[in-house]
Amino acid sequence: MDLKLSSVSHYYGETQVLRDITLDIPSGQIVCIVGPSGCGKSTLLRMLGGLERPSEGRVLQMGDAPAGCLNPLTYIFQDFALLPWRSVRGNVALVLEGHGLGKARREAIIADVLARTKLTDFADALPKQLSGGMKQRVAIARALAVNPAVMLMDEPLSALDSQTRELLMDDLVALWTRQPFTAVYVTHNLAEAVRLGHKIVVLSRRPGELREVVELDMPLAERRHGDPVLEAQQQHLWGLMRDEAAAADAELIDG
Amino acid sequence: MAEMTDVNAREVIFRGGGFQPGTRRGVGLAVFVVLILLAEWGTRSGFISPLTLPRPSDVLLTFQELYQSGMLFKHLGPSLTRLAVGALIGASLGIGIGVLIGLFSLVRAGLVPLVAAIFPIPKIALLPLFVIWFGIDEASKYALIAFGTFTPTVVATYAAVDNVDRVLIRMGQSFGLGWWSIVSKIVVPGAMPGILSGLRISLTIAIILLVAAEMLGAEYGIGAYILQAGSLYDLERLFAGVVILSLLGVAVSAAVAFVERRVLRWRV
Repeated sequence: MDLKLSSVSHYYGETQVLRDITLDIPSGQIVCIVGPSGCGKSTLLRMLGGLERPSEGRVLQMGDAPAGCLNPLTYIFQDFALLPWRSVRGNVALVLEGHGLGKARREAIIADVLARTKLTDFADALPKQLSGGMKQRVAIARALAVNPAVMLMDEPLSALDSQTRELLMDDLVALWTRQPFTAVYVTHNLAEAVRLGHKIVVLSRRPGELREVVELDMPLAERRHGDPVLEAQQQHLWGLMRDEAAAADAELIDG
Repeated sequence: MAEMTDVNAREVIFRGGGFQPGTRRGVGLAVFVVLILLAEWGTRSGFISPLTLPRPSDVLLTFQELYQSGMLFKHLGPSLTRLAVGALIGASLGIGIGVLIGLFSLVRAGLVPLVAAIFPIPKIALLPLFVIWFGIDEASKYALIAFGTFTPTVVATYAAVDNVDRVLIRMGQSFGLGWWSIVSKIVVPGAMPGILSGLRISLTIAIILLVAAEMLGAEYGIGAYILQAGSLYDLERLFAGVVILSLLGVAVSAAVAFVERRVLRWRV
């Protein structure tokens, strides 16, 4: 299942935040969206998952979601959004309830996704007992449980320290390598974008427009921290964003 | 850079102390004991006249008498029933309507001004009205206690629902959870801390109203007992009644604390 944005524009009151964005999200690829703060990249992600309506243009789903998919468009949030009163297992169970799955089937799915995210030993822990990295792994497990067609990730690593971020990037690469998934990955961190993106979309500052789409052919599993090709790409992206970021930084919030 | 010598070495002064509430066991109990001992000593030595304050040991004797004659439970039974029934009605209506106010802007627009209008009314003033509506018997007392518990519970509940993390609700929507699932699995558990701390206040108010209702018209009940003792100027019995009320308050607060510990284990 592919997703397609067709000349999408968006306004908050008088302010235009997105201008004429047309973009394809092909299945089996990770598309990273980067841009200076306030460029509307999170808004774009909310539109892709149906949490917000664009003022103009259309968000299209091309083809049907594969069979066995409980929630085709599934988010992973920056601040994890785990229910603090439910255990790790309970948080994953939440999204499986109400789909008419049998108890045995649910248990099997939970056991599988916890194993894939290396959380089996922590199934009964409460979120307050977990580190930030573990919390985000629970959120990833929860997203995998509904077998999504597209994962919508809103700065999923931004709330974590840089060591944990490296570890989780490795985890994401391993997950993708084992079973390629489609994802839209919003970030302001260019290192994450060049490590995880098959396609990197650069937005300009507000109103966000498509500035450039960079395609990276190197397989995810071969990308390493400090790889010269990736470094060069990151420099190129930074060159595109630098002035935009500086200008965005100097703007008044409601200006 | 100059060589550092021991002559110049001074300990950095510690200034980070205080402002850290900690637990001190037994201090609360000690305050009670000291005050009671002081009263006992004062009344025995004649420093405090028996007209001002009864001797604590005499109050204890009265209490014992009350217990042995079986009158304690004759008074306590109806009081506890009134408290339980009234508070249960008031709190459940309060939580129910509070959640509705929190969820629906139409209900909020309609009911918040009404709640604000009835909140400051001293509910005791309405007892005569309730007697006309519900009769002189138990029903009017239930109604008074229920009404008094209702308003603070409503306010606490809708404020608690407002404070539920919106991110969690968006999460529920993004996973395609139904409306009822979001309310029962995300909104209500998330509002629980606020609802419980509201209950602490409304149950205390329920005790105050219980006594007021019983003073205005009841044969048995702690309020009636205290009123009787007061009109006879029987200070020992009056204080015995007051002690029962205090214990009731402590018991209610302990019960809420127990529920909080069980239900809110997840809180940081």
